[in-house]
Amino acid sequence: MANLQFTELAYTNLDEFIYGQAKKPVVCSNGMVIGGGTVYPEVNLTLPTMLISEETMPKVLAQYEEMIHGICSKAHELLSPGIIIEIELLPPCTFNPQWGIDVTKVVKGVMNEYYTKFGLKSLLRMTVVDVREGKTLAHMYKGEHWDNVINTFRGCAEAGADFLAIESIGGKHLHDEAVMNCDLPRALFSLGVVGCRDMAILWDEIVKIAAETNCIPSGDTACGFANTSMVMAHKNFIPKVFAAIDRVMCAVRTLVAVERGAQGPDKDCGYEGVYLKAITGTPISMEGRTAACAHSSSVGNISACLADCWSNESVENVRLLGGMAPTVYIEQLIYDCRIMNVAASRGSAFEMRDILSESDRMFDPQAYILDPAVVLRISQEIVKGKTHFERTKIAAATTIKELRSAFQDGRVQLDAKELKYLDIFEKQLKSVPDDEAEFTQFMIKNSTLDKFDPEKYDFNVESAAK
Amino acid sequence: MFDFTKLSNAVIEGDNEQVQVYVKEAIDAKVDPLTIINEGLIGGMNVVGQRFKVNDMFVPEVLMSARSMNAGIELVKPLLAGGEMSNKGTVIIGTVKGDLHDIGKSLVGMMLECSGFKVIDLGVDISPEEFMAAIKENDGKILALSALLTTTMLSMKSTIDVCVEQGMRDKVKVIIGGAPISQEFSDQIGADGYAGDAAAAVELVTKLLNDNEMVAR
Repeated sequence: MANLQFTELAYTNLDEFIYGQAKKPVVCSNGMVIGGGTVYPEVNLTLPTMLISEETMPKVLAQYEEMIHGICSKAHELLSPGIIIEIELLPPCTFNPQWGIDVTKVVKGVMNEYYTKFGLKSLLRMTVVDVREGKTLAHMYKGEHWDNVINTFRGCAEAGADFLAIESIGGKHLHDEAVMNCDLPRALFSLGVVGCRDMAILWDEIVKIAAETNCIPSGDTACGFANTSMVMAHKNFIPKVFAAIDRVMCAVRTLVAVERGAQGPDKDCGYEGVYLKAITGTPISMEGRTAACAHSSSVGNISACLADCWSNESVENVRLLGGMAPTVYIEQLIYDCRIMNVAASRGSAFEMRDILSESDRMFDPQAYILDPAVVLRISQEIVKGKTHFERTKIAAATTIKELRSAFQDGRVQLDAKELKYLDIFEKQLKSVPDDEAEFTQFMIKNSTLDKFDPEKYDFNVESAAK
Repeated sequence: MFDFTKLSNAVIEGDNEQVQVYVKEAIDAKVDPLTIINEGLIGGMNVVGQRFKVNDMFVPEVLMSARSMNAGIELVKPLLAGGEMSNKGTVIIGTVKGDLHDIGKSLVGMMLECSGFKVIDLGVDISPEEFMAAIKENDGKILALSALLTTTMLSMKSTIDVCVEQGMRDKVKVIIGGAPISQEFSDQIGADGYAGDAAAAVELVTKLLNDNEMVAR
């Protein structure tokens, strides 16, 4: 089992830190290289309104087949140098691993057909749903829920997936509570202690399956964590600065996948992937303006600055004036990638990157913390931490400091309420002891079992602190 | 006549200690316990609800206000006849079968609780039968269904169908919400209403239950 330690940044020079190029590119068997100089479109799709059951599975598979035909046909028509298709399995297709496997076979079959007939290069990322929650969950690492997750991974890998991914949720209920109450110490416990520990166990299994099936373990995302904060902030339910700090804290948790052997490209909805790239050199998928079909964000352009794959998050198979939505979205993604790749080939990649950043970073702290220079500055501090807990705490403290300084220098706009919360979060963070075991004991004592049940995680305070 | 301004403001500020100080003042001044609740504590929460609706307060601030209101109610409760409070009505809430999304539903539940409704949150991946059992067990007046996936929103219809089959449809109002949900879909499946966010859900529930005042039993 891998246990990589990243104590230095992969990038120390801003003039190397750019979209399409990663220090550790992922070389795929069909010749596509992620992070090797070309930004590839990564299209993600989902079903229209329909139930998934044994009876409807033929219709479900037909929907996937139709979507992939449309996507591949458009990619071929537009002469895309390659595409990535991501299928985020829906819960029934993980609760019933065979259904997820059947979806993989159908999707990969169409992709292979377009390669054979037209030479269209494509890669399939299968994202298994982390179903380890709900009232019937007995344990995080054994029993029906765990088995279904693991069996779906293995089955999808054997059925032809090129990349394995997950949006893991260990510690999520603690984090939900933290978001609702803007409770930074609770978020720290969720991400830096419980989440990181869960990631290590889960990713050891995923990496093992990938090795046995000749598949690439790609990466995780803080979708259930920082994206929840992002959506809540967007609705003005919580301060934007919380969402920004939370995003950077999430980087430490997402990074654990790479520490355990994930190779990238990291998942699209993990905007914290930019920190992962800075620290490890792993290529990342990102999403921005083209993900407006799934959710709004304040990072439409800036999220492209360091992207190695460019995604749409998810779109359902509905008819738009221009055609079926997944086909429409691959077209948009291909055009976005073309302009980024042409800019790079003309030697204008850094100018493009800086334009993308400058167009967003001033208007929202969540955008500001994705600016490449800011990412390098904060990452440099994160890697000074010796444990995940320390790193997550540093991530929060450094982001608060960075946002305050940026506001004072006129580099980011924050209103009075947001500034008030920066003070509140700074105070909250100062209340967190340096001793992880002491902190953990305090948090467990002040958490309810429905939010975190240590037994379900085989959680031991002392071992967590090491 | 007792001036409730300071008490209401303390609720709005979410200041537990001050709320308790002013409630004690009101009790010492022999103010009717129900008036303390309705005019002082709930009066403050009503302002909170309005400010939240226009984005003038964040969720954690609303929750702090709710906690301070409850701290005040705890002091008044023993003085009420029977010592118990009733509520504006019971809401059974959950995410439908096959769907694991939690936080949007939880947020709606919390906001309803803050507004004086009793909320039974069943969690995620809830079957129609579990919803029906909870309605019966808790005398639920509102059934609030959440779904975030295009592949689970039809479970809302299945739930309503079971409600009809079990002869309970006229006893409970059904409201729905979630990212792929619309008023049009609500109409299609025979729900009583759709809410786009937590504040709208509170308004909708209030409207459906005719905004009954909180009274002592």
